[in-house]
Amino acid sequence: MAGITSYGAYVPLWRLSRDAIMKGLRGEKAIRYFDEDSTTMAVAAALDCLKGQDRDAIDGLFYATTTAPYKEKQIATTIAAAADLRQDIITADFSNSLRAGTAALRAALDAVKAGSAKQVLVVASDCRMGAPGTDFEQNGGDGAAAVLVGDSAIAVNVEESHAISRELHDIWRSEGDTYIRAWEDRFAYTTGYRDTVAEAVTSLLQKTNLTPGDFAKIILAPPNPKIMGDLSKKLGIDPKIQVQDTLFDVMGNTGTAFPLMLLVATLEEAKAGDRLLLTSYGNGADVFMLTVTDQIDKIRDRAGIKGNLEKKRIVDDYRTYLQWRELLVFEAQPTPPGGHISATALWRDRSQIFPLHGLKCKSCNSVHFPPQRVCPKCRSKDQFDEVRLSDKKGKIFTFTADYICSRKEAPRVTAVIDFEGGGRMVTIMTDRVLDEIAVEMPVEMSFRKLVTQDGFHNYFWKSMPLRSQSYTKGGDK
Amino acid sequence: MPGIKDRVAVVGMGCTKFGELWDKSDQDLMVESCHEALADAGIDLKEIQAAWLGIQGAETGCSGCRLARALKTDYIPITRVENYCATGIEAFRGGAYAVAAGIYDIVLACGAEKLKDTGATGLTQMGGEPQFGSWVWAPVVAPARFALAATRYFHVYGLTPEEGKRMLAMIAVKNHHNGSLNPRAHFQREITIEQAMNAPMIAWPLGLYDCCGVSDGSAAAIITRPDIARRIKDDYIVVKALGISAGAGTQGVMADDYDFIHIDEIVKSGRMAYEEAGITDPRKEVDIAEVHDCFTITEVLISEDLGFTPRGKYKEDIEAGTFNLGGEVAINADGGLKCFGHPIGASGLRMLFESYLQLRGQAGPRQLKNPRIGVAQNYGGQPGGGISGMAIVGARD
Repeated sequence: MAGITSYGAYVPLWRLSRDAIMKGLRGEKAIRYFDEDSTTMAVAAALDCLKGQDRDAIDGLFYATTTAPYKEKQIATTIAAAADLRQDIITADFSNSLRAGTAALRAALDAVKAGSAKQVLVVASDCRMGAPGTDFEQNGGDGAAAVLVGDSAIAVNVEESHAISRELHDIWRSEGDTYIRAWEDRFAYTTGYRDTVAEAVTSLLQKTNLTPGDFAKIILAPPNPKIMGDLSKKLGIDPKIQVQDTLFDVMGNTGTAFPLMLLVATLEEAKAGDRLLLTSYGNGADVFMLTVTDQIDKIRDRAGIKGNLEKKRIVDDYRTYLQWRELLVFEAQPTPPGGHISATALWRDRSQIFPLHGLKCKSCNSVHFPPQRVCPKCRSKDQFDEVRLSDKKGKIFTFTADYICSRKEAPRVTAVIDFEGGGRMVTIMTDRVLDEIAVEMPVEMSFRKLVTQDGFHNYFWKSMPLRSQSYTKGGDK
Repeated sequence: MPGIKDRVAVVGMGCTKFGELWDKSDQDLMVESCHEALADAGIDLKEIQAAWLGIQGAETGCSGCRLARALKTDYIPITRVENYCATGIEAFRGGAYAVAAGIYDIVLACGAEKLKDTGATGLTQMGGEPQFGSWVWAPVVAPARFALAATRYFHVYGLTPEEGKRMLAMIAVKNHHNGSLNPRAHFQREITIEQAMNAPMIAWPLGLYDCCGVSDGSAAAIITRPDIARRIKDDYIVVKALGISAGAGTQGVMADDYDFIHIDEIVKSGRMAYEEAGITDPRKEVDIAEVHDCFTITEVLISEDLGFTPRGKYKEDIEAGTFNLGGEVAINADGGLKCFGHPIGASGLRMLFESYLQLRGQAGPRQLKNPRIGVAQNYGGQPGGGISGMAIVGARD
């Protein structure tokens, strides 16, 4: 037995009004903040998915993206470290196709079925770039999804699947390409997307002896909203009733993460017994037949898609978007962006940097950060337990806003925060609006990119105003 | 422990004009301040038996040779010291203790800094390990470090941002007034409360006029024993106390019981020095205090930490004029870091230079009436984990 036992998602807080791209365009798309990339979004989705789960019981992490910050260096390990997973686990990156997310899902299901792992976390994240003025720019969005695959407490059974491998040059990005390239869209969308997905669905229906009408929801993740009607017609389904909302108006196509994000959105509304059809396309197609179990009600307290989409800030200024995307780059910054590149310091300090571990003194019980050999309170030496602070909420003790830092960020808000349960930390704040910041404001932590130098990316935790407040059961005071 | 009280004297001092001295190197500035000090003492460079050079700079790997090469000393011992922004007092301290220990008769302490060769408006990143945290994540820049204290001070004492900023603006106005009376100061222009309050923001709530000058400059002192001083000149001054405290961070950003509105190492260095000098009521006994006003809020914290005003009462006192020239304790009579400027290694000795002038009646338009005790308080680093240096000097008996 193998199935989905938990889900999570992440959509950046910021949405670019499409009207800012071109007057009259409708809706908005989710865009990463300047300090986010596919890796940081993946961490956020993974943590959403791990809510209430025993992190020490996870045996593997499979990560899918086409926008990895590295060509050589695994990202799954970064996500696993930030998620505070064990080190004796299997990790792998899946890439080079928008189908990589479902490829990772299939690999995880196979691993659990084969017994080489009991639980594997599958994460998919993308922040692709369409060239200014293209459909890709208008329709693309940034986001991430995560599903946990396990052999017990299954919320979604994977009953059957089918895959097609298709060597076809419709969209691509080569070494050094910033933007998505594509062949003529009439070819790419019909012979490529429409026909391949239709063929895979048809094969699955034959295998299962079902008709499209037997599914409560069909998840299509098309490259643009226009092709939806065409594909629905070919499959003989009503796009308005049976097809899961593709969220183009509020989020956009999030690449590798898109099918899994739409799956999460579907599961948020699904009832026990619902039969679902998940489709995914990219140099071929993956289709899965899923059934929802009554376990689904036990994993509802996620931010998921709904919680993430609810809280948003609109960017109506195209220049800001270009700056965050590093398409509009300023000259050298007046002050260093914070942090230095040092592989050895990163290694030495890994427990404070990735899972944000502070120390709790065994003698006086006080918590401190960053870890010290000698307790700052009672001065006992080397008598500590590590405690994870990344999932603790906190409150602002004092703050300042630095106007002389990089123009991309100015003003940079530095906040001293006190964690629930003890411990204080000096943080940079993210996803914040300056006028709303005050002493005592509740905050939570978010894994972000600090600085990139010579192709080396430094990540660390920042604090941000509570985003989870609206969907955490019981709420926060 | 006999302590340092009355055991060493200062017989000569020099101080360059501070500012953006584009046409001068740090060694040019060392030559100026040291030769002024030698001329003031009326002695020859050959009589200097050892020297201490305080310089911080962006340049680590610097040594005493920098001063030796500038002055062309004759292969005497020269020690280079660095202790954050309290480097100037540290250089003075080294020389004073060597004389008190009886190792040398006459020594030189020089502080110098050339900050304006980097192309940066503020300070650039210093070399070496970060003061706090890991290399990998951001250390907090200087204005932000102290701005965190300002936000908290306003919160704790119930000041609206407007009231808080007005209190800080009064400090900038006072120090600019004092600087306008000082031809060696970097900034010599008076400003208004409104100018200070409406200035461009640097690190909320600190605006441009809440931040000290980033300057080039040098200051120097010639230190000897009182019995030798008497032979050199009549109006020498004596050292009453020296104190330095290195913050361990146990009351700083790591400690969740730290209040952010006092700085422990400043309190400790103050206690150390007051005890040595025999001062029990600083507000009454200290006539002039040059304190480390790197930011206006720092002057507030230091004034409370050193007992010039009770906790939370700085606002009342600045409004009452307590810290003006002619007030109960003249604080930063020479313009302070705010207006005299802050060439890091030189600042501690620049502070002593004002007491040296004031105690000898040579401070011109800033001259106080018959001052007897002067304090120089020099600070650097991250509050709670920084260095505070104190020197107390007095007129000769």
